[in-house]
Amino acid sequence: MPSFPSPRRQFLAGITAELPILLGVIPFGMIYGVVALAAGLTAWQAQAMSAIVFAGSAQFITAQLVGAGAPGLVIILTGGVVNLRHALYSASVAPYIKPLRPLWKWLLGYLLTDEAYAVTITHYYQNTPADPSHEVGPPSVSRHEHWYFLGSGLALWSTWQASTAVGVFLGAVIPESWPLDFAVPLTFIALVVPALRDRASVSAGVIAGVVAVLAVGMPLKLGLIAATIIGIVVGLWVEARA
Amino acid sequence: MNLWLVMIAIGLITYATRLSFVLIFGQMEMPHNVRRALRFVPAAVLSAIIFPELLIRDGTLYLSPANEHLLAGLLASLVAGRTKNALLTILTGMSALLLLQALTHQF
Repeated sequence: MPSFPSPRRQFLAGITAELPILLGVIPFGMIYGVVALAAGLTAWQAQAMSAIVFAGSAQFITAQLVGAGAPGLVIILTGGVVNLRHALYSASVAPYIKPLRPLWKWLLGYLLTDEAYAVTITHYYQNTPADPSHEVGPPSVSRHEHWYFLGSGLALWSTWQASTAVGVFLGAVIPESWPLDFAVPLTFIALVVPALRDRASVSAGVIAGVVAVLAVGMPLKLGLIAATIIGIVVGLWVEARA
Repeated sequence: MNLWLVMIAIGLITYATRLSFVLIFGQMEMPHNVRRALRFVPAAVLSAIIFPELLIRDGTLYLSPANEHLLAGLLASLVAGRTKNALLTILTGMSALLLLQALTHQF
């Protein structure tokens, strides 16, 4: 029986692996806090959203749409849809944490963000035999790798809460004349442009953008939903043709 | 609708999505077409927000070299594509907007 790293070691290794990513998360959290106040959220609402939703892009979208006066249902739909990508992460980590007790699954599910997923799945891939016929669950659990997941997830969670708090504080002292609302589209540009790696995703983005512009007169910001659906369909179509 | 309710609803949807395969569909393989479609969601939603922010002013299309938001956004996109550095992208776009607005008000 080989000796496995202790839970404590795995936990600390998860935190350490997350550290470089945190450097990029801190400014995002701060900008979110500032933008949320500028959009009209109270300090408490801005801070609470970081715990309740705990997903950067959905939080930015909510702040943006609240500021634009969109109806609640459209905000919920858009914020929910943008987070659907988490189902991919959920499917991908599921086999590794399948043998864990439900409490662990509820906890790790809450911590399953883009950033924690990136670090954790890399760790799982490196430490689990590549043979797909191999039962991946039990060995990774006996190596306490869920503690690694917990370490990276909690490191991200606490950093996100703290940087939001700093942003909320800054937002209260920055002069109102600054065009801070522009930080939202800029943040989205920073997220989306590097992800446009192939023709299909470029088509999805450009078509969705153009439709959103054409549909800007639609009531209740429904143009946003229409544009998203059309963009996804076009992306699938371009991909299928290639 | 109350903003708290909106936040809680988005939080619940997000949590349910994260738990989906971990807790419920553990034995299930995600349908191939769903997996393919999900890949395009972020690009589509985010672009659908970015484009009007840069191109629409007071409810109408504002396609002009005098559109400071458009110029600053294009510059930021260039930086994002070249460097993949989020902070640099945001700082560049913000500085460009402030500079362009200062110049416009000057003349």
